[in-house]
Amino acid sequence: MLEASDLDCRRGGRALFRGLSFALRGGELLRVAGENGSGKTSLLKILCGLLTPDQGEVRWRGEPIRRLREDYARNLVYLGHAPAVKDDLSAAENLQIACTLAGIPVREDSIREALARFGLPAKDVFLKRLSQGQRKRAALARLWVSREIPLWFLDEPFAALDAAAVELTRGLIREHVARGAAVVYTTHQEDGLQESRVVDLGAAAA
Amino acid sequence: MLAAARCIVYRDLLLAVRRRSDVATALLFFVIVASLFPLGVGAEPNLLRAIAPGVIWVAALLSSMLSLGRLFASDYADGTLEQILLGAAPLGVVVAAKALAHWLVSGLPLVLIAPVLALQYDLPASLYGVLALSLALGTPVLSLIGAIGAALTLGLRGGGVLVSLLVLPLYVPVLIMGAGSVEMAGAGLGGQGQLLLLAAMLIVAAAFAPWAIAAALRISAE
Repeated sequence: MLEASDLDCRRGGRALFRGLSFALRGGELLRVAGENGSGKTSLLKILCGLLTPDQGEVRWRGEPIRRLREDYARNLVYLGHAPAVKDDLSAAENLQIACTLAGIPVREDSIREALARFGLPAKDVFLKRLSQGQRKRAALARLWVSREIPLWFLDEPFAALDAAAVELTRGLIREHVARGAAVVYTTHQEDGLQESRVVDLGAAAA
Repeated sequence: MLAAARCIVYRDLLLAVRRRSDVATALLFFVIVASLFPLGVGAEPNLLRAIAPGVIWVAALLSSMLSLGRLFASDYADGTLEQILLGAAPLGVVVAAKALAHWLVSGLPLVLIAPVLALQYDLPASLYGVLALSLALGTPVLSLIGAIGAALTLGLRGGGVLVSLLVLPLYVPVLIMGAGSVEMAGAGLGGQGQLLLLAAMLIVAAAFAPWAIAAALRISAE
């Protein structure tokens, strides 16, 4: 499905990785490993098209993603470091808006269901009144309504979460991979997920 | 595609309603600047009538620039900009919606309140319509051009200064035509020529600025 060939990435005059190539099929779980500053986030951004690699290209079903743009973006979910939620909106409003922008048709009850799954208040509480972990949960609730999307890119999905939320997210990832979708994620934590592949950026930098 | 554009306008207006002080700052700035001139210059009616179009237009221009910083900065900081860049609708459409929302929040109030300020300058009532119309045609151009500058300077240190330097020269034609239309109408020559030129600027800006904003955002977000 997704093919990365010969990716080079330089940030701030330093080569993060060189000649990185891999292919990802449906039903695979890819973990991007590497220490802090090894370029995990950059790789994820390159894969979803937010960042242009210095060399090489990423292809989705044989087509370079640079040419596909929105047609590619419709096929992916990217959850970055920042939770990408607005503090002045409630969790439900955030989710509704994120889904509309991503072109995912959602009904009100599926939003309520997603929030309930992630233990977020259904009534209108602005996110600024909630804790950091709850904001992260509000961002992850997006996964519940994105089960039809074949590609997930998750940057540190388990950071700032409590044990129950980690378990829930892990379950969602497992189910998604079992459905035949591909998930790429980074983590520093012991995650207990059976990844099918690891890309180690520490090794690719040499 | 339209759903995404509507959603962005709705979201930005909702955020503006929830953070009213941000909106009030730009409007209050406009009112204060335009009200200080009669106090500073003195109450000579002929002088006031002569400077009114220029002063009101300059105040509108500065107030529109004051709110440019907010346009993309908060989306950039909390990561929602990345989600916008990865949206299903073409980016040009989405940023056009953002510019529209910016105008509704920071341009439209100026258009509505300008006739009240014109009262302080003893501007003849027959010119209120021309003044409001020139602002209604000109301020969207300011929002569109300003959004290009805001997108280009996103995430830069000192971006606020840089955006003024980038954007001000491009604002000048709008200022000349906008203030000129009121002056011409006041001189009894009719301001239609300038108003038509303003309308032409608006059409050109609406057609091309969104793509420039989108390209600038893609560069800045990297």
